[in-house]
Amino acid sequence: MMTHTLKEAADLLVSKQASAVELASHYLDRIAAANPALNAFITVDREQTLAMARAADASRAAGQAGPLTGVPIAHKDIFCAEGWRTTCGSKMLDNFVSPYDAHVVAQCKAAGLVTLGRTNMDEFAMGSSNENSAYGVVRNPWDQTAVPGGSSGGSAVAVAARLAPAATATDTGGSIRQPAAFCGVTGLKPTYGVVSRYGMVAYASSLDQGGPLAQTAEDCALLLNVMAGFDARDSTSLEVAKEDYTRELNQPLKGLRIGMPREYFGAGLAADVMSAIEAALAEYRRLGADVVEISLPRTELAIPAYYVIAPAEASSNLSRFDGVRYGHRAAEYENLADMYEKSRAEGFGAEVKRRILTGSYVLSHGYYDAYYLQAQKVRRLLSEDFQAGFAQCDVIAAPAAPTVAWNIGEKSKDPVAMYLADIYTLGVNLAGLPGIAHPVGFGSQGRPVGLQLIGNYFSEARLLNAAHQFQQATDWHRRAPAQ
Amino acid sequence: MSMTDDEVRRIARLSRLHVTDQEVGEVGRQLDGVLALIARLQAVDTKGVEPMSHARDVALRLRDDVATETDRRDAFQAVAPAVEAGLYLVPKVIE
Repeated sequence: MMTHTLKEAADLLVSKQASAVELASHYLDRIAAANPALNAFITVDREQTLAMARAADASRAAGQAGPLTGVPIAHKDIFCAEGWRTTCGSKMLDNFVSPYDAHVVAQCKAAGLVTLGRTNMDEFAMGSSNENSAYGVVRNPWDQTAVPGGSSGGSAVAVAARLAPAATATDTGGSIRQPAAFCGVTGLKPTYGVVSRYGMVAYASSLDQGGPLAQTAEDCALLLNVMAGFDARDSTSLEVAKEDYTRELNQPLKGLRIGMPREYFGAGLAADVMSAIEAALAEYRRLGADVVEISLPRTELAIPAYYVIAPAEASSNLSRFDGVRYGHRAAEYENLADMYEKSRAEGFGAEVKRRILTGSYVLSHGYYDAYYLQAQKVRRLLSEDFQAGFAQCDVIAAPAAPTVAWNIGEKSKDPVAMYLADIYTLGVNLAGLPGIAHPVGFGSQGRPVGLQLIGNYFSEARLLNAAHQFQQATDWHRRAPAQ
Repeated sequence: MSMTDDEVRRIARLSRLHVTDQEVGEVGRQLDGVLALIARLQAVDTKGVEPMSHARDVALRLRDDVATETDRRDAFQAVAPAVEAGLYLVPKVIE
């Protein structure tokens, strides 16, 4: 059975052991068999996929191939892709077929990557469980009674269930790292501004960041090489030189200083997650790293700061979906205001409405200073805490989530309980730092555990190096759920 | 602090979201939970701290005032619900 990494799939193409059409057909068949149960994909278009694969094979035959030409990947349904339905997990965009490509999609096309389909996600990327999609709950392939994590749950499941070698994803408050941990795959959230947000449907613009999900750190590096790069169409895209994120993969870890923030390893962290992480840190020590205790004293403030800033930005970004400019329009209405209100009430799901209402509240007259402005000041304090931490270490180790994946439905009636589960990921987004999550074991009920490594700005290559070295010495990333 | 039904309706109106009379109570309870979570911010001493509105304090870039995109009018109008004579048709938006 072919369940290749991105690198292995590329090698098969180079050695002519498989064609792009054969690879794409293999994964399309796997998707057709598994997706009815897992619901990882919202849209699959076999003909479009095979047409891209045929074009890739033609490029390769003509000697015009790049290193990844013909390799299939999946795209999170948040990235606009010309000719593909782009729903963002929402009824609001149910019939939207994008007339243009997001920068990330254009980069992938230019590299010759073949699109397998569009992965399921929490509506407008709002959620920590992938239960908030208008297209149904995504199921964790390790245990189909468990959530896969959100909001990039469809992408994480596609990789974990070997329905795609790799997938694009986005991370606003942990939406790459947490589903990577819950599904036993590797995911990287880059430094804010490294991957263009052009054509990525906006949730919270100062936090949203695209990145890769794959089986291995090496694959994440290869895919980030394609996704990253300056884009003048995104005013927050960073004008930094294009990097090769594979350049440090094989560096030994001797002397690497790993900081362990005491606030991340106290009350609230489940024992099974703690023991898997302790074993992983022991492995890192064996590989030559030094583990030192540090403090991120204001960690707990990341949750309230995030749940002010993100909803505030969401209420602004989602104001465009009013039934006139964008999105679903109610069939019957009495006047203009009624049309706006009914269109939005029909088109948005409960979690999106909750965040829009929260955002409107914190931005409204009388509350702006107390909530929004204060949250932005706390954001700076959190960022300063990270910088103080990096004075003592090269990377920071943390859980990706306090527990393994919970049961479907377990927290969906209690949004605040769901929000609290984001404690270890939100600070990274508020500060704009890069972070990687990779599998390090299994907890209760055989559900995966992920370790998060957080780096300082532009330290993606270092993070990928650390995770790659760990993966050279262990095989957690090679474990796959029962087919 | 609990949100009153009138306050829920006011926020819903600002959000352009229709909330039915049956939904008001439940929406208010859920927002109370979120507001209790974020209320902790108000106890933090932030005297002298500059707000950080963007990760890494990025400054927005200016670009030359020149057209760089090609004309893709047909492609963009193809996904509109209704067009006529090259114009987008929308419901009456001026009352």
